[in-house]
Amino acid sequence: MSSAARANRDLLWQRVAIATPYLWLLLFFLVPFAIILKISLADPIVAQPPFTPSFDDEGALAVSLDNFRFLLTDKLYAVTYLRSVVIAGIATLLCLALGFPMAYGIARAREETRGLLLLLIVLPFWISFLLRVYAWMGLMNNHGVINNTLIWLGIIDTPMQMMYTDFAVFVGLTYSYLPFMILPLYATLERMDLDFVEAAQDLGATRTRAFWDVTWPLARPGVIAGCLLVFIPAMGEYVIPYLLGGPESLLIGRVLFDEFFVNRDWPLASAVAVVLLLLLVVPIVILQRNQARDAEGEA
Amino acid sequence: MEHRQEQSSKATGARKDFIRIRNVSKHFGDFVAVDDVNLDIGKGELFSILGGSGCGKTTLLRMLAGFEIPTAGTIEIDGHDVTNLPPYERPVNMMFQSYAVFPHMNVEKNIAYGLVKDGINKDEIAKRVDAMLELVQLGDFRRRKPAQLSGGQRQRVALARALIKKPKVLLLDEPLAALDKKLREHTQFELMNIQYELGITFVVVTHDQEEAMTLSSRIAVMDKGRFRQVGTPKEVYEFPENRFVAGFIGTINTFRGRVTAINEETISVHSDELGLSLPALGKHAVEIGQEVDIAVRPEKIFLDRDRPTNDEDTILQGVVDDLGYLGNRSLYRIRLPGGRIIQASSQNRRRSVTRFLEWEDKVWVSWRPRSAVVLID
Amino acid sequence: MNRTSRLITSILAFGYAFLYVPLILVVVYSFNDSRIATVWGGFSTRWYGELLRNDQVLDAAFLSFRVAFMSASMATILGTMAGLALARFSRFRGRTLFSGMITSPMVMPEVITGLSLLLLFVSLQQLTGWPGQRGFSTITIAHTTFAMAYVAVIVQSRLSSMDESLEEAAMDLGGRPLRVVFDITLPLIAPAMVAGWLLAFTLSLDDLVIASFVSGPGSSTLPMYIFSKVKLGVSPDINALATLIILFVSAGVLIAWLVARRARRVA
Repeated sequence: MSSAARANRDLLWQRVAIATPYLWLLLFFLVPFAIILKISLADPIVAQPPFTPSFDDEGALAVSLDNFRFLLTDKLYAVTYLRSVVIAGIATLLCLALGFPMAYGIARAREETRGLLLLLIVLPFWISFLLRVYAWMGLMNNHGVINNTLIWLGIIDTPMQMMYTDFAVFVGLTYSYLPFMILPLYATLERMDLDFVEAAQDLGATRTRAFWDVTWPLARPGVIAGCLLVFIPAMGEYVIPYLLGGPESLLIGRVLFDEFFVNRDWPLASAVAVVLLLLLVVPIVILQRNQARDAEGEA
Repeated sequence: MEHRQEQSSKATGARKDFIRIRNVSKHFGDFVAVDDVNLDIGKGELFSILGGSGCGKTTLLRMLAGFEIPTAGTIEIDGHDVTNLPPYERPVNMMFQSYAVFPHMNVEKNIAYGLVKDGINKDEIAKRVDAMLELVQLGDFRRRKPAQLSGGQRQRVALARALIKKPKVLLLDEPLAALDKKLREHTQFELMNIQYELGITFVVVTHDQEEAMTLSSRIAVMDKGRFRQVGTPKEVYEFPENRFVAGFIGTINTFRGRVTAINEETISVHSDELGLSLPALGKHAVEIGQEVDIAVRPEKIFLDRDRPTNDEDTILQGVVDDLGYLGNRSLYRIRLPGGRIIQASSQNRRRSVTRFLEWEDKVWVSWRPRSAVVLID
Repeated sequence: MNRTSRLITSILAFGYAFLYVPLILVVVYSFNDSRIATVWGGFSTRWYGELLRNDQVLDAAFLSFRVAFMSASMATILGTMAGLALARFSRFRGRTLFSGMITSPMVMPEVITGLSLLLLFVSLQQLTGWPGQRGFSTITIAHTTFAMAYVAVIVQSRLSSMDESLEEAAMDLGGRPLRVVFDITLPLIAPAMVAGWLLAFTLSLDDLVIASFVSGPGSSTLPMYIFSKVKLGVSPDINALATLIILFVSAGVLIAWLVARRARRVA
């Protein structure tokens, strides 16, 4: 084989390595979004598939913004979006409040124990998400372990209602997404130079002061990554509000699911998805920027 | 050098025990990092603690800074016991080896940090920051972030940040280790000038003997948690007290032997290896028959093509085994008849392209009795 | 120990208890003889027996494992290519879009990914007649798509932490680029590929929402079966199933960790 042919073959191989995943993602990731957008502009009909085509019989463009108008005017949806933001936000703060000291403790633990502590954070992640949420059903039931224990201890007389409340949703979200908070925080805290903290103390800052002046601002990339990694999936969460939340504790992920499967209103479900995506574009972009900057900083 | 050391010893006269370290030990589990150490450092000294990695020098520095509490013993600074004080309550500041310049604050904020923590008013802070920026010549960089500074500039920020609080003692952890050779030499003198100007006591920890020699008024050589010798650079180099110090600082040739005669001003040591008696000048606490080392620095060794005439000297014959030209001087490895190789060096005083000695040339090796050091322990 | 570290230690203890007490209780209650899952009725292993006789569970598990195996393998191949492209081919047209598409599936809410893929399959069916039936193939494609992102990121980070001069040295010694990839690059990123495959496998086994969207009637994965049961409340045979999964995964992860630690110590 001539060297030119070889070089061509090498180039060809590179092209294949790029093109295969590229085309896959175009087809199965990007095109579906275009379809969602298209269907969100259609009207629902009783047919298969249950929505009007984008072009009518004469070939004219037949799109309508009715679904979006409906989402904006119907109070239910606006309230549900807002509730989702608030609940995901509170769950994020709960994860941060518990996750930061944990990540800090792990990062400052002795090197031999650090690996095990980290493993114990990651382990639940490998165990079925659904079953981990399910585990709380047995705990928070009216006749569940928590109520039984509290009654046995004499702290309460009658069971507390925990299941099917927002409280249960917070517990479920915090529980499920805690590892997503801890891991990026740990990564930043672990590679942070302890000299910075000591330098601050040397210059007259108490331990607490040094934490707020140095540790916290330097941990910011980890805090941002952790918060977004919790907030973004929590916004679209379906299983937790379904299993632990009450029937009135609607979150947008569940509304989308029900709109699609129960009401079979595909255009409206698509519109719900488009708006959810628009709400999440900003946090997702921030996350990716943050991640890219982090990778650069390392290099 | 001479001049500066005089200055320092004058300052030392003010107070010889400005820092008093008494019976200080530090254990980490079973490991003894610092082992029952005593040391006095005078006011205004530029004192170096020199040793290899793991010798305990950094632990000792961290105890002075307050990051470690001694397992036993006391540390006093200017007459106050600071042994158990946290770092933020000590009149001591530190320049970290990594510099630890806060990456999220600009130069100005970094330098002002210590004063802000002390609750000093804004005008005063601004004034002192300006003065510091001028001292370390960073006036044009005041709003830069550390990432936009060179290594040398970051080091000056760290220095300014530590000095602005007017500490009684400034601790410097390997201050020049992260700089390249050219910059290191320049910074070395800058540090000395700043120290002289401000009169603050500097305690430097370093593994670099050259750095310690040029910077310091005194050096403590440390090994395995203990001091092996404390003295001026000259004392430590020319009169090492033991084999460790002799070997750690500079290069030295040693010959094992037994004491055969103790005279008024010299002793004689017989070396079986060389098959001759080596005289050494000076009074030593030795006995006849005791095993000692005779040590000679390479630059104290003369190399000649003809036999030297001075009979008091130790004179040997050898062959040039290897040689290296370093520009200002040349290094020689000379093989003695027994196969033993010794090192010698000489200044290249004459400008010439031909070499004074070539490989395998026969050469006479000699040194003065006063150049020989007797090492007992 | 000072006050701060004592506080940190107690928060750590609380955090780990929070993570593990619910799982431990599920394990304990799986041995509960009583049908009412919250009342202790004595020790028994009867639910494990019932689980093994339940054809629905076995069918669902079989489907889940097939999907997981297939999608993890495809995701590893595609993800490794993508990781290589991102880490080693610095400039090509559409690189920004490519890297955006690689990382987006990881942060996309599952409901959106699931819905969008289902709509794609429906449209494809209209246009081409494929897929006639939604099930194994559609779930596998969906899982491959979001799992390949994880593989790509793992491979990419392994590659960028790896010294490029190793590959340059191989080329300097006469290796053609393609040979170098097989001789040097792939062996070096093999651990990352294994890690990526395992992660993709787990993610696929774990997924409920996306599978619910893209599967057709009659094909239920294990999570879909579990979900249909736990919707109705706590049930003892699910406790038994959960226990099996928890013990199996914990043992696997622990062994992997010990092996990795040993390898590191030797190295």
